[in-house]
Amino acid sequence: MNGMTATGTAVLDTPGGNQSEAGTVGHWKLVWRRFRRHKLAMVSGGVLLVIYLVAVFAEFIAPYGASTRFGDHQYAPPQIIRPIDTTDGFDLGMFADGYQVEVNEESQRRTMSTDPSQTRELGFFVQGEEYELFGLIPMDRHLIGPKDPEQPVFVLGTDRLGRDMLSRIVHGTRISMSIGLVGVAASMVLGIIIGGASGYFGGAVDTAAQRVIEFIMSIPTLPLWMTLAAALPQDWGPLMKYFAITVILSMIGWTELARVVRGRFLALREEDFVEAARLDNCGTFRIMHKYMLPSFTSHIIAALTLAIPAMILAETALSFLGLGLQPPAVSWGVLLNEAQNVRSLVAAPWLLIPGIPVVIAVLALNFVGDGLRDAADPYN
Amino acid sequence: MTSRSTVMAGSESTQNRSPGRRATRPGAAGPAPMADGNLLEVRNLTMHFTQRSGWFRRTRRVTRAVDGISFDVRTGETLGLVGESGCGKTSTGRSIIRTYTPTGGQLRYRAADGTEVDLATMPSSKLPEYRRQIRMIFQDPFSALNPRMTARDVIAEPLKVNKVAGGRELDDRVVELLRQVGLRPEYRDRFPHAFSGGERQRLVIARALSLNPRLVVADEAVSALDVSVRAQILELLVDLQRQQGLTYVFISHDLSVVEYLCDRVAVMYVGKVVELGSTEEIFARPRHPYTQALLAAVPQPDPTRRNILTQPPLEGEVADPADPPPGCHFHPRCPFAQEICRTDAPPLRTTSDGHQVACHFAEQLTLDGLTGATAGRDDEQQA
Repeated sequence: MNGMTATGTAVLDTPGGNQSEAGTVGHWKLVWRRFRRHKLAMVSGGVLLVIYLVAVFAEFIAPYGASTRFGDHQYAPPQIIRPIDTTDGFDLGMFADGYQVEVNEESQRRTMSTDPSQTRELGFFVQGEEYELFGLIPMDRHLIGPKDPEQPVFVLGTDRLGRDMLSRIVHGTRISMSIGLVGVAASMVLGIIIGGASGYFGGAVDTAAQRVIEFIMSIPTLPLWMTLAAALPQDWGPLMKYFAITVILSMIGWTELARVVRGRFLALREEDFVEAARLDNCGTFRIMHKYMLPSFTSHIIAALTLAIPAMILAETALSFLGLGLQPPAVSWGVLLNEAQNVRSLVAAPWLLIPGIPVVIAVLALNFVGDGLRDAADPYN
Repeated sequence: MTSRSTVMAGSESTQNRSPGRRATRPGAAGPAPMADGNLLEVRNLTMHFTQRSGWFRRTRRVTRAVDGISFDVRTGETLGLVGESGCGKTSTGRSIIRTYTPTGGQLRYRAADGTEVDLATMPSSKLPEYRRQIRMIFQDPFSALNPRMTARDVIAEPLKVNKVAGGRELDDRVVELLRQVGLRPEYRDRFPHAFSGGERQRLVIARALSLNPRLVVADEAVSALDVSVRAQILELLVDLQRQQGLTYVFISHDLSVVEYLCDRVAVMYVGKVVELGSTEEIFARPRHPYTQALLAAVPQPDPTRRNILTQPPLEGEVADPADPPPGCHFHPRCPFAQEICRTDAPPLRTTSDGHQVACHFAEQLTLDGLTGATAGRDDEQQA
């Protein structure tokens, strides 16, 4: 990473150094060079890549299925994986303690705790539950898991029904991270069409579009989402619900984007080079796609990246309130919804862990968006 | 910004259209033929902008950017359009290339095939043909070039779009044009940001020349450049004119540039031409007090010539073209203004020596030019 940054700077700082190449580098290469200098954005980009890989290969990465119950391991606490085990000689590998159950005599409540006298061993690429990767390839290997399926280990603990939190978070990644993408894609379509028309034609179209945007932005979002989400039919399946939620989110999310697009169009319309293209007898289509669009695609990408976190947070908030996705669908928000009960929180604070990936993902997206925004105009 | 917008004057333009234009179009007779040697004849050109604002856009403000001007552009000459900011010189240029559709008047142009056409009323479907013959050089070389296109693409674009050249021929033409404007052909794969301001302006010029134009409108073509680069670009423009027999309409506020480059000069003030004549005449013996004030403001490196320090600067602001003063638009700032100037607008008339001037007292005043050292202040009483 450091080496890459150094070369990036060197090339930019000495434009005369390599005469044959100077000034012939295309736009996206320049953006990439500039982006590479933004260390925080680069690191965040790596984090995002990992998160999306997790989302794609969720079944393989998670030790267990999203709703696999371990009836005798309710509210099992998180474990620390040790690389060395000395209970039985000296062994290298991944080890965790066993579990024991204590029953409180008064309340008749069962409490699980770790039992250092037992050892459970974990391994890579272990056989576990069967699943179909991408819904096609039948597999039963998991990236990490207990070597003996009868002796499960729960790195992040289990919930009320004895489901592994780590597995649920990994599975939830898919919905939580994709709802941002799908929602932003939907709002991008709306935003570019409405914002583009607003900026290109101006006049009455512009005024109308801007007033609508201002109106939508003035509505308190949470009550609006709640109303819309509550209006969804109860009998819709998880997939239908998922799309309905994205549509609801993007109905508000497009406004910000439309403003960005409009601003770029307004600025570009007045640029001399667009005027020159018109005088060169270029048609409207050619002007749009050869002169105007390339000048702001990088800005749009930056704006889109910055819009994704809002979507993720919105989904999380809705699901937390119980109005978004419903179990058995798993998203980070759905998981947090189960952490609403104060009593269970006291007994099992690890139920709040799904909040951590939300924070990480949102921060990473914001940093990458910042980096992209700074890199979008590499000509100074 | 959202509540105000500028639109071309549509309905109200009819009443502003010059009566002259109606008169010259009596049915089948057609407009009067153009004089020999004229490439472009501008007749009573008006360009009014209507700005609507307020509730339901009921408030209307008409800005008379160009208010009935007439001049000729002769084949092969360089005509300078000078004036302060907001005097309408840019709007005039934009009307000639039809970025703006004039709200009135005529732009009679002698096309390459000898036919005479009126650009002012030409439907946009017929414009492409004339946009190949009349090209534009922009003021700011930093915004006139698409940052995403290499030098080659910038120059090749008009050739491609107008299907003038393709394949090898296109490459050869690009190299030839780059040489013509003094750029190294090896640099053709560079993007604009890798060029300096002067080099960019050379690219802009190459783009304008790529279609072998007949008339080039240069709007403040050197104003954004460093002084040293400015001289090179001016030299280039002169060379190109000599080689290709180009005709320039050179719009500038910089009189020293105009003196160097132009054969004739039209001085504009608040949408009107106030004086028009050969460059030597205008610079040596200005007839209009405004021209004289402009000349006086030119800094002179030579201490024996008139200097900005010895000449009182022009007072007051340029009149608002949406609300110009009655009579002569210049009278509030004119040191020689009389009663008649406040009430009657002086027409542009030809003086005995072929000079055109719009001043009631053009004959009485003896004004200082740049080279003439005679004091003309005592003539004030005469006027």
